[in-house]
Amino acid sequence: MSRPTHNSKSATVRQKGEKHYVMLYTRYERFWHWSQALLIFTLFYTGLGLHGLHDWLDFRTAVTVHSYAALALIVLWMFTTFWNFTTGQWRQYLFKEGVMKVIRFYAYGILVGEPHPYKKGLQRKQNALQSLAYMSFMLLIGPALWSSGIVYLLYDVWSGYRWSGQGLTLIAFIHTAAAYLMGTFVIIHVYMTTTGKTPTHYIKTMITGYDSIELTEAEKAYIEETHSVSIRD
Amino acid sequence: MTKACLSCHTEAGRHFKQSIHWTWEYDNPVTGQKLGKKHLINTFCTNARGNEGMCAQCHAGYGWKDENFDFDDENNIDCLVCHDRTGTYYRVPNSMGNKACAVMFQDREPIQWAKVAQNIGKPGRENCGSCHFYGGGGDGVKHGDLDSSLKFPDRHLDVHMDAEGLNFACTTCHVTKQHLWAGSRYNVMARDTEGLGLPGERRDVATCESCHSASPHANTELAGIKLNGHVDKIACQTCHIPSIARGGVATMVDWDWRSAGKTKNGEGYKEKNYTQGNGAHRATYKSIKGDFTYAEDLIPHYDWFDGQMLYTTIDSRFQPSDGPVEINGFKGAYDDGNSRIWPFKRMHTIQPYDKGNNTMVYMHLWGDDEDAYWGNYDFARAIRVGMEQHNIPYSGRYDFVETYSFWPITHMVAPSEEALDCVECHSRDGRLDQLEGFYLPGRDSFRWLDILGYLALGGALLGVLAHGLLRKLFADKHRQGEA
Repeated sequence: MSRPTHNSKSATVRQKGEKHYVMLYTRYERFWHWSQALLIFTLFYTGLGLHGLHDWLDFRTAVTVHSYAALALIVLWMFTTFWNFTTGQWRQYLFKEGVMKVIRFYAYGILVGEPHPYKKGLQRKQNALQSLAYMSFMLLIGPALWSSGIVYLLYDVWSGYRWSGQGLTLIAFIHTAAAYLMGTFVIIHVYMTTTGKTPTHYIKTMITGYDSIELTEAEKAYIEETHSVSIRD
Repeated sequence: MTKACLSCHTEAGRHFKQSIHWTWEYDNPVTGQKLGKKHLINTFCTNARGNEGMCAQCHAGYGWKDENFDFDDENNIDCLVCHDRTGTYYRVPNSMGNKACAVMFQDREPIQWAKVAQNIGKPGRENCGSCHFYGGGGDGVKHGDLDSSLKFPDRHLDVHMDAEGLNFACTTCHVTKQHLWAGSRYNVMARDTEGLGLPGERRDVATCESCHSASPHANTELAGIKLNGHVDKIACQTCHIPSIARGGVATMVDWDWRSAGKTKNGEGYKEKNYTQGNGAHRATYKSIKGDFTYAEDLIPHYDWFDGQMLYTTIDSRFQPSDGPVEINGFKGAYDDGNSRIWPFKRMHTIQPYDKGNNTMVYMHLWGDDEDAYWGNYDFARAIRVGMEQHNIPYSGRYDFVETYSFWPITHMVAPSEEALDCVECHSRDGRLDQLEGFYLPGRDSFRWLDILGYLALGGALLGVLAHGLLRKLFADKHRQGEA
């Protein structure tokens, strides 16, 4: 932790937009991220088995694990939705300008050593492309999976209706399609974590929570006054 | 003997005369068909009608050998076949057969009537089994889930009848009320939603649910809840009877009448080329019947079944070109709200039919006369006489047609730990592979969705690999430029 004397001294010396090593991803955010990752891997693995693509886990165990993991993930998402709204962090996922610039960077700029067009900040943890990807993750892929999954889990409640046969087919289709999208998301997401300063930089950030970002004078002053965000300089 | 029984059990005769064991007749209230052994065509010896002298050995009465049997006379009831507890009582054909059948009852001890009369009781498995284990003309031939191995089964063969364990008699499940038994094959309760019913025993059904309830699996674990969710679509028997004919006695799966009638030196003969699990040799050819194929530890045939059998009777017409004739076809579909997936033993037979009228035929098989097939080996004559005896139109031309019969499986229930694993059905090439029209997780998928899914996953993998490679190549070049 930084000492007050050091801080007051640096405040006079450092320029606006200086980089600081700050807690960007709070403890809950990291817990959410990594438990979600574990659950999604579990669900994807057991789900592929249930879909008949491998038999490395017997069907009964796969059903049990898949169901419990799904319930755990739904609970996690409920907490996280609550967290997102009470902390105001949901604004991080809003649409930002400059998506094309980011796409151009990953398609070309990254190869020739251009700097990333987007500067991370306390109130803008994600670049424009990330926001768009995470937004569709949370508003399309996620809901398609959990809503079809819940209906699937409750099959026995509606199996008596005449349309239950077609209903099951439809639900299975939506669930499978969304699962493929989720798998695709995860592959790209995991790869993108290697595009930081070093291949493991982003992963370390997501584990420790700290990253080096520019703080505005106002942010810095606010943090120093309230200690609402921890800084390791 | 019967007079003595009825002198005390004064109502028993009247009750028993309502039983199908006596009438051999069943009027189906739904289809209006007249059923029962008295009328039906079957896929084994083809018809009891006209052959009662032999077949009515398994009629619980004395002396039914032709149309003149008196169904009103209570004194004709055979109480002993069900109530003898010595195991020494037996029955013989009601009329003489031909010389070809002479060897069937050699070496039987004479019945000791005093001993039998003093040892009567409620029927045991061997009483019911004396007929029901031997249906179709021999041990285990007809059903596959009923054969002589159930006299003293172990737990593995039948968890309920386990002689060292629960030791159920047939009537433990097939509960009776005034000599009427629960558990009809002509009107099967394919789906029992009532379950345990009111306190005390239900006396109307022999269903698993009537003891085990309609949600028999443990609701305290997820797998149990999931299994209970299967009960509305899957009969208990489907998972809990993993295979049939697994007690060392084979069941017949194929019978070809076309080859019957071959003789050696003018005499009929048998070939016993199948040795079953308990070591007994089974006939694979008999001059009087044709060629047989057996199976043991047989995986049943599965299909949706709503409990309603539809019989091809002697007056039903069919098109032989439409494929095998289903002697007892059945209804059922995944979305009719009544059906469940049931296991069946499916019997395949090639048997005579009336080529001119496209109907099945009655054959005159049994009798000490010139017309009986079991003596003259003459299909044309046996069929003509069999039809004439019952005034049934016959074109005079016969041929052979393929038939199927379906026997719902409900016995040989294995211990719970030997019930089917989920994957037996929830997999490609699983047991329910041939059932169509519904989505079965683990078996079914959407072809185009899977292709698109693989393309997306594979594309993403290839894409990031290529991107990573490019990054590395450019970084190396950059470093060389600096150096």
